[in-house]
Amino acid sequence: MAAIKVHGNPLSTASMRVLATVYEKEIDHEFVSVDMRAGEHKKENFLSFNPFGQVPALEDGDLKLFESRAINKYIACEYADKGTQLLYQDSKKMAITSVWMEVEAQQYDPAASKLGWELAIKPMLGMSTDTAVAEENEAKLAKVLDVYESRLAQSKYLGGDCFSLADLHHLPTLHYLFGTQVKKLFDSRPHVSAWAADITARPAWLKVLALQSQQ
Amino acid sequence: MAAIKAHGSLISTATNRVLVTLYEKELEFEFVSVDMSTGEHKKDHFLSLNPFGQVPALEHGDLKLFESRAITKFVACEYANKGTQLIHQDSKKMAITLVWMEVEAQQYDPVASKLVWELRIKPLVGMVTDKAIVEENEAKLAKVLDVYEKRLAHSKYLGGDCFTLADLHHLPTLQYLLGTQSQKLFDSRPHVSAWVADITARPAWLKVQAMRKKH
Repeated sequence: MAAIKVHGNPLSTASMRVLATVYEKEIDHEFVSVDMRAGEHKKENFLSFNPFGQVPALEDGDLKLFESRAINKYIACEYADKGTQLLYQDSKKMAITSVWMEVEAQQYDPAASKLGWELAIKPMLGMSTDTAVAEENEAKLAKVLDVYESRLAQSKYLGGDCFSLADLHHLPTLHYLFGTQVKKLFDSRPHVSAWAADITARPAWLKVLALQSQQ
Repeated sequence: MAAIKAHGSLISTATNRVLVTLYEKELEFEFVSVDMSTGEHKKDHFLSLNPFGQVPALEHGDLKLFESRAITKFVACEYANKGTQLIHQDSKKMAITLVWMEVEAQQYDPVASKLVWELRIKPLVGMVTDKAIVEENEAKLAKVLDVYEKRLAHSKYLGGDCFTLADLHHLPTLQYLLGTQSQKLFDSRPHVSAWVADITARPAWLKVQAMRKKH
């Protein structure tokens, strides 16, 4: 039996963020589906994995972790020798990768998540989009992507020459946004567009999407 | 040792997050004040340090970094052998520290920052506090602090037995919230209250406070 268990939901962006990493590192793992519609993530058993009652959570032997970006950093370091290199050993390169990992978390994700919720998830659940919130966050995302366009004009990936967690962390929200009107913000910026096409075509990411379509 | 310059503003929580780290590590550095009241942070010179036009930024020799939590991680790793240990070498302990660093960034900070803005910054700049926003965010902060109370009941610090970046990252917003109506949320939770008293009394943090008084 696999030592690593990922507890989550294949539709959850945070769960997908961890699954992408697990596939990139080619690690044997078990995926344990958490039934969010039944409120399983708010019940005692799951709260023992994540006291905030949110997916995903990870078990590696007797180590229990939560927060997708912490889980990914742990996996990238612990399994540094397996699969894709997702972080740098060199301290300067690692520092720059850290910067762009923070950019994803602090600048990109708040706007991208709100847009994903309004334009992709709410319609799926039969709820109506708040167009004011969508407009406001599109404007914010556009400004963030202007910075990305300048960065990617001089760097193949956000952290440097190689694909790393700094790029990977964007994949789940990117995927949802591409099915909405927001795709135009990416298409109209050539370097961003090329980068998005590159990272969404990675085999590990396609495995995450295959898992999603099986559910 | 490479020359360190910290660019920022002493009222900025993110700037203070970096300054306290430099003091904990007992590093020589130059503080370069960025005049936000004249929009200096949005001008070309500063944008070359942080394309998002936000303080702080760090120069370390010819390395330029931004995003306070990336800067603190770089400093903590680069100077692992100097001053206070702010991260763990052991991979399991490091993983747990990473989890609680993400908790600060994802669960605590969005809420705490809104309260700081409403209760501290707005009055300073002659704007009116929005009571509905304060109520909403105090309710959210209370839930986060309930989780902290349970965590700190069996762990002296958030990451484990020792003070680390997982605790340090809270200091700037925490300090602002003390002395506002939100202080009661911390005072009414005994383990949280003891932890707050402990970390805000650290000499490195008192040095940051002293810098603010001089300017």
